[in-house]
Order: sequence, then structure tokens, then C-alpha cells
Amino acid sequence: MSARPVLLEAQAVAKHFGGVKALRDVSLTIRQGEVYGLIGPNGAGKTTFFNCMTGLYVPDGGGFVFDGAPLKADAPHQAAERGIARTFQNIRLFGNMTALENVMVGRHVRTKAGVVGAIVCDRGTREEEAAIRRRAEELLHYVGVEDQADDLAKNLSYGDQRRLEIARALATDPKLLCLDEPAAGMNGAETEELRVLIEGIRADGVTILLIEHDVKLVMGLCDRVAVLDYGALVIEDVPSVVQHDPRVIEAYIGVAA
Amino acid sequence: MSKWLNPRSGLGLTLIVVALVALPFVAGMGGQAWVRILNFAILYAFLALGLNIVVGFAGLLDLGYIAFYAVGAYLWALLASPHFGLHLPFWVILPLGALVAGIAGALLGAPTLKLRGDYLAIVTLGFGEIVRIFMNNLNAPVNITNGAQGITMIDPVSVAGLKFSATTTLFGITITGPQKYYYLLVLLALGVILVNFRLQHSRIGRAWQAIREDEIAAKAIGINTRNVKLLAFAMGASFGGIAGGIFAAMQGFVSPESFSLIESIMILAMVVLGGMGHIPGVILGAVLLTVLPEALRYAVVPVQKALFGEVLADPESLRMLIFGLALILVMRFKPAGLWPSPERRRELSEKTQ
Repeated sequence: MSARPVLLEAQAVAKHFGGVKALRDVSLTIRQGEVYGLIGPNGAGKTTFFNCMTGLYVPDGGGFVFDGAPLKADAPHQAAERGIARTFQNIRLFGNMTALENVMVGRHVRTKAGVVGAIVCDRGTREEEAAIRRRAEELLHYVGVEDQADDLAKNLSYGDQRRLEIARALATDPKLLCLDEPAAGMNGAETEELRVLIEGIRADGVTILLIEHDVKLVMGLCDRVAVLDYGALVIEDVPSVVQHDPRVIEAYIGVAA
Repeated sequence: MSKWLNPRSGLGLTLIVVALVALPFVAGMGGQAWVRILNFAILYAFLALGLNIVVGFAGLLDLGYIAFYAVGAYLWALLASPHFGLHLPFWVILPLGALVAGIAGALLGAPTLKLRGDYLAIVTLGFGEIVRIFMNNLNAPVNITNGAQGITMIDPVSVAGLKFSATTTLFGITITGPQKYYYLLVLLALGVILVNFRLQHSRIGRAWQAIREDEIAAKAIGINTRNVKLLAFAMGASFGGIAGGIFAAMQGFVSPESFSLIESIMILAMVVLGGMGHIPGVILGAVLLTVLPEALRYAVVPVQKALFGEVLADPESLRMLIFGLALILVMRFKPAGLWPSPERRRELSEKTQ
């Protein structure tokens, strides 16, 4: 496992909001092809870590090396261009666009038609547009919401919205897919479907970073797990080791009296 | 009715073309004033479609849009009038007007990139006023805009020696100046409609829509929101610039007075009233809001005389009163606009359930 090349390396990433230290020099390494779990109690800094990585926050210290080159801070669209796609803890779809359009927007970074192309509507643009549509339809099918292609995204059921958001992220052809609590609010059957979907995405060669509270899902899916507590990295190891680490138990349950 | 007027069917297309060709002659029977009103309706449709890109597609509330109309109008006025002694032809000035207005749009848009909603509206409102005040005061130390007096004797559009300001007889048909402008405007407007339509259903149009819906999500999937927003400002402004040029040529006179805040608000009202983001709706809004006040101007006095035997209320104030009431009624009963896009209608009807 350790023979796999490194895809993302976080180097002492720090972030504070006023006096609150949300991230304290977090360093971790994600390898190509693995499902990497990031867990920790509420407020541990998991989402902050995500936001720093995807450029929505500028870290106060440290940085990221992705796929061999440093990631630019404060440039979310470049993170996507480099191959990092994400979903959000509180689903952020384009509510008044159809499911299909949501995924088509996801192709934006991998296509290039500009204003002139759109106005003249030349052959290249038409072909690109058809390819965008085809790929979007494929992805809808892949995540299983093809029947809702023409429905407005906000009218989809909760589980379908989660899946659609994953399809939109996949539309950017990511190397690293970051899922922020994808199973939140899902019932057992939906979580199981999600697990199958994530397995499938991994099998397609996409590396996955997973923030999740559902311990069963994380332990079943992830190759390695990192635990954050109060913004600091507690442990980074395979699930079986993490599960029995006294520091992790302490972080979640507290110290025995 | 929709089948008859469907431009995709041969019959529908023929009917539309015949109606568009015949319209200025029908209107001309009631006097050339009506043709002029018609021209303004198209000009405003032009402006409303430009603003629709910024407000309707990209969701950026711009209250200073008239500034770009002013830029286009003044550019024409300066390059084709005795003021500087320049008389460039229209095919040079119009593209230049679009370009200069587009650049102005991007320049004024740049400082507002991090603002949204109300804050964006206030800043753009300020920019609109700044441009007007500039036009008002750029007569000293070097006289560029001739200040509040404005610029007069602006060249009309002329194609191959055919001046659009005068009446000519072609093949036994008498065509007046306003009628010629009408055809020019219809041609330009068709172009603008096509451009709008194509942009809306393109990669760029989808990116605008995504920004309107959720800017953070749009960034996260790799849309360069800065560039895409600037593009919306520039595209919208360039339409304003072209409309401004035609306005200057048609009137033969420009002054800062024509570019006040109320004009920006009127154009925004056209977009909202017609159906934000929906091209046919925006055109309907522009035509109604141009023709209705004029029609009321002609109707207010005779109706009062017929009802009360005398004129009780001042026509001008009563006209605006009725106009305002009509706006309130439309917004109360058709909140998505008179002719909203199918999606938007769905969206609003679901909200009220």
C-alpha cells in the first residue's frame, strides 16, 4: 500500500479564526487510488481542512502539494482545474437548474467554448456542446438519477441530491474527489447505495477523501483514516489501528474517570 | 395562437416577417410620432436584453446600466457631429461603441466583484450617476462633452448616401426617416436576440446561471467567477453601447439629462416585469413599458373629458399614477413577470404552495 505514489500532501496546515485555532499544523498524506477517511468530533476542523484545500479559505500557515506541484491558495477554480472536486456538507446544488444542467456546468473546466464560439455556433462548439451533454447524461446514469434529468435540482429527493452533487463533482474529471459527510441524513439503505457508489468511483481510479460521521461506513470503506480533534491531527493509520487507539477513544468519548 | 406564431413553422415565420415589415406603415397612418414610439420600444427592448444578461442570466443586480447607453450615445455624438468636426461612418462607430461600452462595463464591474445583492445595486447605482455627472461637467478645462447643453447636430445614420433622417421615395413607396430607423433597429434587434439566445444556451450561459444560483459551488467546480462575471458586465454593456449610438443618431442630440437614474430603473422594470432571464418576456416588458405610457398620454385627456366633461387631473401626473398602479398589479398577480420562462414559473408557483 505504501508503494502507491503520493497524490496530496498537507504540510503543517494552520488556520485560525480570531483566537480559535481551527487547524493546528495538520500534516497528512493521501496516496493515489485510496479512500482516505477524515474523522473527528464536531468542530474538530474537518470541513475547515477541506475549505483550505479547495481554496475557499486561505491557510494561515503551511500549504498543500498536489500531484507534484504546490496548490495555490485562494484560487478555488484552479483547484478544480488541477483535479480536486468536492461536495458540500450542506448540499450546494444549482437549485433552479435541471439535474442535467447541474452536471453540464461541471464540465466547465474541461471545455473551452467562449463567447465568440457561442454566438457563431461553429462546428467545434456544437460538437463540444454535444459531448458535454453526452458526458453529463452518462454521469447521471452512473450515479442513478437519470430519470430526474429534466427536474429542477431542488425538487430531487435528499438522497438524489447527494448523488447529483457527486455526479457534478465527477464531471470535472477529478483526480481527488472530496466528499463532505455524504451519508449525513441518509437511512441505512441509502447509505449502503452510497457505499457501493463510492467503491465504484474508487474502482474507476479516482482517489477519495471522505469526511464522515458514520463510523461503520468509514471503517468499511477507507484504506486509511486520519482523526482530527481540536484542529490537531491525533493519528493517521489503517482503520483497525485507529479504532483501538486510546487517544481516538478519548477524543470521542472522553477520559475514563 | 402559439402554433400560428411559432417562428419554426413556415406560416408562423411568414406572418411574423409580414407583421414586422408592415408595422411602421400601419403605425405611420396614426402619424410619424407613433413610428417614433415604436422605434423607442425596440431601442428599449435592445437595452433590456443587454441588462437581462447581467441581471437575468448572471443574477447581478445592476442599477447603473444606463451609463453604458450614455457611453455609446456620447461616443457617436463626439465622432459624428460638428462638435469635434468628425464625421465617421456608422459602421465604424457602432462596433467601436460596443467595444468602448464593453470595456467601460468591465472597468465598472471590476471593483464590484465581491459584492452581491443590495450592496452591488448601491455601488452600480453610484457608478451610473458618476458617468452622468462626468458628462455634465466635462466641458472644462477642455470642452469634451459640452456640459449640460449637450451636443447637437449629430449625424444621422447614412448608408451609401441615403440619409436616415430624411424622407425618401423608393420604387414609388415613400419611406420616412423614422420608418428607416425602424428597419435598422429591427435588424439589429434580431441580431441581439440571436446573440442572447445562443449565449443563454452555451457553456458561458450555464456558467452565468451557476453563479446566479450559488457562487461558492460555482467556484468549487472550477468556474473562474471573476472572469465570467466581468464577461457578463462587458457583454451587457456592449449592447447598451450600440443602443446608445443609435439613440444619438436618431435624436440628433444628446445631453446628460437623458441618462438619469430613472432610465436605469425603467430598464430594470422592463426586465423584471416581462420575466427575468426569459428573452421573449423581456422584449414584451420593454415594448409594453414604452408604448403604455405613451398610449396613456393620448388617452388621459379624452377619457376624462368623456367621463366628467372636463379635465380634472393633470395628464402627466395621472399617467404616471396609472403606470405605477399597473406595475404594482403585475407584481402582485404575476410575480415571475408577464411572460416568465417555464422554469421560473415553476419555481415561483412551487414557493407559494
